[in-house]
Amino acid sequence: MSENSERRVVSVIVINEASVLSRITDLFSGRGYNITSLTVAPIPESKYSRLTIVTSGSVRVIEQITKQLHKLIPVLRVYEHADMVEKEMAMIKFPASENLSDIQALCEAYNGKIVNAGENTIIAMVADEPKRINNFLKAIKRYNPKEIVKSGAVALER
Amino acid sequence: MQISGAQMVIEAFIAEGVDTVFGYPGGAIMNVYDEIYKQDKFQHILNRHEQASVHAAEGYAKASGKVGVAMITSGPGFTNAVTGLADAYMDSIPLVVVSGQVPMSLIGTDAFQEIDAVGISRSCTKHNYLVTDAKDLPRILKEAFYIARTGRPGPVHVDIPKDVTAQIEEFDYDIELDLETYKPHTKGNPRQIKKAMEAIANAKRPLFYLGGGIINANAAYEVREFVQKTGIPAVETFMARGVLSHDDELLIGMLGMHGSYASNMAMSETDLVIGLGVRFDDRVTGKLSEFAKNAEVIHVDIDPASISKLVNANYPIVGDVKNVVIDMLAQIEKIDSDNYESWRETINNFDELHPLTFYEDSERLKPQWVIKRVGELLGDDANISTDVGQHQMWAGQFYPFTRPRQFVSSSGLGTMGFGFPAAIGVKVATPEKTSINFTGDGSILMNVQELMTAVEKKIPVINIILNNNFLGMVRQWQTLFYDKRHSETDLSVQPDFVKLSEAFGGIGYRVHTKEEFDAALKDAVEKNVVAFIEVIVHRMENVMPMVPSGGSLFNMMLLEKKESK
Ligand SMILES: Cc1ncc(C[n+]2csc(CCOP(=O)(O)OP(=O)(O)O)c2C)c(N)n1
Ligand SMILES: [Mg+2]
Repeated sequence: MSENSERRVVSVIVINEASVLSRITDLFSGRGYNITSLTVAPIPESKYSRLTIVTSGSVRVIEQITKQLHKLIPVLRVYEHADMVEKEMAMIKFPASENLSDIQALCEAYNGKIVNAGENTIIAMVADEPKRINNFLKAIKRYNPKEIVKSGAVALER
Repeated sequence: MQISGAQMVIEAFIAEGVDTVFGYPGGAIMNVYDEIYKQDKFQHILNRHEQASVHAAEGYAKASGKVGVAMITSGPGFTNAVTGLADAYMDSIPLVVVSGQVPMSLIGTDAFQEIDAVGISRSCTKHNYLVTDAKDLPRILKEAFYIARTGRPGPVHVDIPKDVTAQIEEFDYDIELDLETYKPHTKGNPRQIKKAMEAIANAKRPLFYLGGGIINANAAYEVREFVQKTGIPAVETFMARGVLSHDDELLIGMLGMHGSYASNMAMSETDLVIGLGVRFDDRVTGKLSEFAKNAEVIHVDIDPASISKLVNANYPIVGDVKNVVIDMLAQIEKIDSDNYESWRETINNFDELHPLTFYEDSERLKPQWVIKRVGELLGDDANISTDVGQHQMWAGQFYPFTRPRQFVSSSGLGTMGFGFPAAIGVKVATPEKTSINFTGDGSILMNVQELMTAVEKKIPVINIILNNNFLGMVRQWQTLFYDKRHSETDLSVQPDFVKLSEAFGGIGYRVHTKEEFDAALKDAVEKNVVAFIEVIVHRMENVMPMVPSGGSLFNMMLLEKKESK
């Protein structure tokens, strides 16, 4: 899988029914495909859910992934994104002792803000492209983050 | 009509035209068995192991072209059946397998005979269902049969908790299926078909590569016409045996690991592969980077995921092989069969150089002779099943197949123990044909209890045991690649196969000579009862030619030439 392995975002529309998620994750593990991140939520006012899967592989592997996904009976549609808007959300918990206004300024640069400031901790949230989120997480290291949670990417084709 | 879930299963089977169910009862499926007892629309065959029930359903499905049906209980009943599901999945065999499950209220509690059946079958079925409400049962059963037989066929598993089989609901099977997420496309793209036909017309050394998908699509006779009218030579996969008749002049033979020299050389020299219902299995292609290296590829298959999975297709055509071949036949005038005259000659020369053959031995019968001999004596009158091993490959090489659905063998999974129960299913589906199972002294013991099934139901399968006192195929690899260290493959200690068959109420023969063999086969066919014919064959015979695993198709080990007869 190493030959020209590239990152890909695939969206999958599935019937929202029991065990549909395991059908998809079983397919990835059974055939040796990577999952970097996976998000899933129901599509409002429909019987479908939408999954966004970030994966990697050679062109042939990615083609197989989309075809094999399509073969699953409850899968309605598979999008292999080419030209997309892609966002990921992260929340970070800092000790209250860190510099609030510095953190706030940094968050704003990455489409975020402070969402909670308590007695002992501050929680910040950012939503941006996955690459920028990673940059952000590097930048905030010096403020001693205590906990970080990322949502996984979601994407829409332009 | 207000009926129980169990009755719904029966009614659905009747509506689907099921005439035979293979199965084995137990606690969780008892409600359904109670309804089986009360009805007389289909027969139930009690195999003596659930694995055999599924293999029998596979044999039935392959020989008849219909959906095979098996029924089992929860827990161990289900786990015993898993090998059969996996086998059917690998070979694209349409099945509906119904299993009992513990009642809904006990699911997830590690109840007696509870196992996460749909969790296990997910990766070895085309689709599966856990039914949680009898209201869904008519739709689910109807979908199960539909999904099993359409598109690329495969097994569908329906797991039904015991309380759901007792639940009483309205039954209406006259429903329109609305599967908006499952729509197999069956018509090939006309533009691609046109381009493919032009590629064939321009090729100098085209080659048909025929696969089992042709048989699934019931397209063998269209393919025969296509081959005839184009004059293009053809190779068959193991699964495609019988698509062309063995005496078709354009049939070169079987290709792959144990393919004929001419077939494998033709594939290595062709400039255009015309793949119909194939999947470029590693046992066929050998080393991928060397496979048909100088060729463009036309690939017709119902499964888009098969196309360009392993070998890039220059002309991918997704569709039902039958429809596509019919569309291609409509443009046949583009192709001039004379163009391929010298190519056909080249292939004939390959065949003359190293024909597919074997050398007889004065001491013991050769297994290949036995298979050829059955072909001479029974030919078209027999349907052939096999187990797995050397005898299986020799059956593929030497039996003179004349028609599709004549040959049933576990190809993708290579399941020892498949042959005998499959031959039972074949006989049930095609009672007018003699049902022969070529098996080995190793394989036959893996479902030997089916003697009881066959005897009880008077299903006269003739098992021809090619006894080499070895797990022969593994022994062959050990001889060739492990410096003759025959680790755990010597089967010198054996049952008395004649008495074994007799103990169950069958008949048995042990034969050493050609005369004895002819007499035994004739007698078994005449008596028309369950039989074992144990043939003592040469122990160290190897299946040749052989492409060593991972090697290039054209680098074959060949039969050592002998001067004597
Ligand atoms: C269930 C199962 N276990 C193990 C194997 C591996 N295997 C493949 S061929 C073979 C030997 C079969 O021996 P036999 O039935 O006597 O046939 P022969 O090769 O001697 O003709 C074995 C063990 C298999 N294919 N299936
Ligand atoms: Mg043997």
